[in-house]
Amino acid sequence: MSAAAGTSVDIEERPFRQFVRDFTRSPGAVVALVVLTGVLAAAALAPVLSPQNPYDLTQIDILDNLQKPGSESMSGMKFLLGSDGQGRDILSAILYGLRTSLIVGAASVFIALAIGVFVGLVSAYRGGWVDTVIMRIVDLQLSLPPILIALVLLVLLGGGVDKIILALVIVQWSFFARTVRGLALVENNREYMDAARGLRLGGLRVLFSHLLPNCLPTLIVIATVQVASAISLEATLSFLGLGLPPTEPSLGLLIANGFRYMMSGNYWVSVFPGIALLVTIMSINVLGDRLRDVLNPRMAR
Amino acid sequence: MSVFILRRVMESVFVILVMTFLVFFGVSVIGSPIDIFAAQECDQRCRAELAQRFGLDRPIWEQYILFLGNALRGELGNSFQHGLPALQVILHRAPATLELAFSAVFIAFAVGVPLGMWAGLRPSAWSSRAIMTLSTVGFSVPTFWIGLIFIMVFALWLGWLPAIGRGQTVSIFGLELSIFTLDGLSHLVLPATTLALFNIALLIRLTRAGVGEVLQSEYVRFARAKGLQPSRILLVHVLKNIMIPVVTVIGIEFGGTIAFAVVTETIFSWPGMGKLLIDAIEVLDRPLIVAYLILVVVLFVTINLIVDILYSVLDPRVRLGGRAR
Repeated sequence: MSAAAGTSVDIEERPFRQFVRDFTRSPGAVVALVVLTGVLAAAALAPVLSPQNPYDLTQIDILDNLQKPGSESMSGMKFLLGSDGQGRDILSAILYGLRTSLIVGAASVFIALAIGVFVGLVSAYRGGWVDTVIMRIVDLQLSLPPILIALVLLVLLGGGVDKIILALVIVQWSFFARTVRGLALVENNREYMDAARGLRLGGLRVLFSHLLPNCLPTLIVIATVQVASAISLEATLSFLGLGLPPTEPSLGLLIANGFRYMMSGNYWVSVFPGIALLVTIMSINVLGDRLRDVLNPRMAR
Repeated sequence: MSVFILRRVMESVFVILVMTFLVFFGVSVIGSPIDIFAAQECDQRCRAELAQRFGLDRPIWEQYILFLGNALRGELGNSFQHGLPALQVILHRAPATLELAFSAVFIAFAVGVPLGMWAGLRPSAWSSRAIMTLSTVGFSVPTFWIGLIFIMVFALWLGWLPAIGRGQTVSIFGLELSIFTLDGLSHLVLPATTLALFNIALLIRLTRAGVGEVLQSEYVRFARAKGLQPSRILLVHVLKNIMIPVVTVIGIEFGGTIAFAVVTETIFSWPGMGKLLIDAIEVLDRPLIVAYLILVVVLFVTINLIVDILYSVLDPRVRLGGRAR
């Protein structure tokens, strides 16, 4: 609390500059930010950067299968990170897979956050039986591990990008709802909320233009970390064969495919996508940790 | 007190009931198992016979009522695939999963708590930073991938440990366990370590935070002032006090560990319940999927119930103020 009071003085003067200064004090976080920017750029520019389109079956030659990193394809293209069992260039597959992973992770968190914020605010603001019912549903869901819920949902829904996003939203919304409700209940007792109510501002206005902005720092931190865990969950589900179709491999599916070849010594099919996945998730996590320290000294680790 | 327990038990029963409803109807919506089990030359009549044999020709709500009634008697239907009672098939596989999960928790304690204490005692040393980085890696690295890397390094390249299967088991009180044979133990090391990684990362953070807090406390300062041995302060005064949150969290996480065993078992071909579930999903063995899910729900609800009751015993505020949330 005292730390919060100490920084809040500076924040009033130059919020953004203060934020940047606090953030860059940790070299690890700066490295993570640079790496993540690189990853995002690589994913966004995948069609430009990658030597082939790994989803276009006409560009893939089965005779090029399981080429070692650095070897050349039949058509003279270089397999920088080798090729997989279908003759797909691993580097290209990673770049495209990264795209899918990031989109699935970010989209699912964004939608879940929107639902969670709405439900959580309503729950905190209305109270009474609405609150009880909502929180019971949330409790019920949070008492079961996400991996299991997502797994069952995908069995029921079938695979595909939209289905996996839906499953991840269903898994995550309750977590956001509970966090927002908790935050809102705390913020609700603060003076500015009394002031807003004293001014007879409308309920929705109080909720969204006074209460919500004050919950935002914590939400940003949680959402960041949640993107990492959503990406990891998607990869795990795809690895189990329950996520994306084999024609559009995400990183998890690439790793799963490589598993078969690893036993015969073709390590690269699994290892490189795994490293890409690890680097992505880790840079998001380090970033989230740092944001938590900077934005939100109140929240304990 | 007894009112609180009674209310929580009733809530738990209600949750289980809701879950059986969701699971049963959810699973009934997905593809027809007859398509999978019927042979190519199976005509309309033989398909009808199959449907009758599996009870699929009745209305869905009737199937549910039947299912509930049977479930109360501990019968969750016969597995399509194995032809045996689903519950029996699962329970037969349970020791393997529980053995794996308990070994993982044990490894997590043995590795995570000492590392966390070290990091908590010397927060700014480079070794502590290395430990904290390690815990961030542990949180970040997808379990299934690290499992593959373990197989690659320790089984394929170094050849130290076997990669798949469970190894030799011995029967102890009717349970088939592999921790008591050298062969079984060598099969257990890789999957258990893989499963433990997340908990290790979690325990490092929890322990570090706990140690940091306890070191500031009055009783530790008093113990120091009394001139007690530092090792005694650490092992008795500090360790005892940080164990309460640590054990609680690991208790709650145990369910998650069992759920995640699905992934670990798939990688290492460990013949547990999780592998069974994935195999059942592939052939749409509905009774087996339903039975597994219901068993896991019951397990989770029970763990939560026990934790809640223990809390209400330890902390009266919980039961007086309803649920302190």
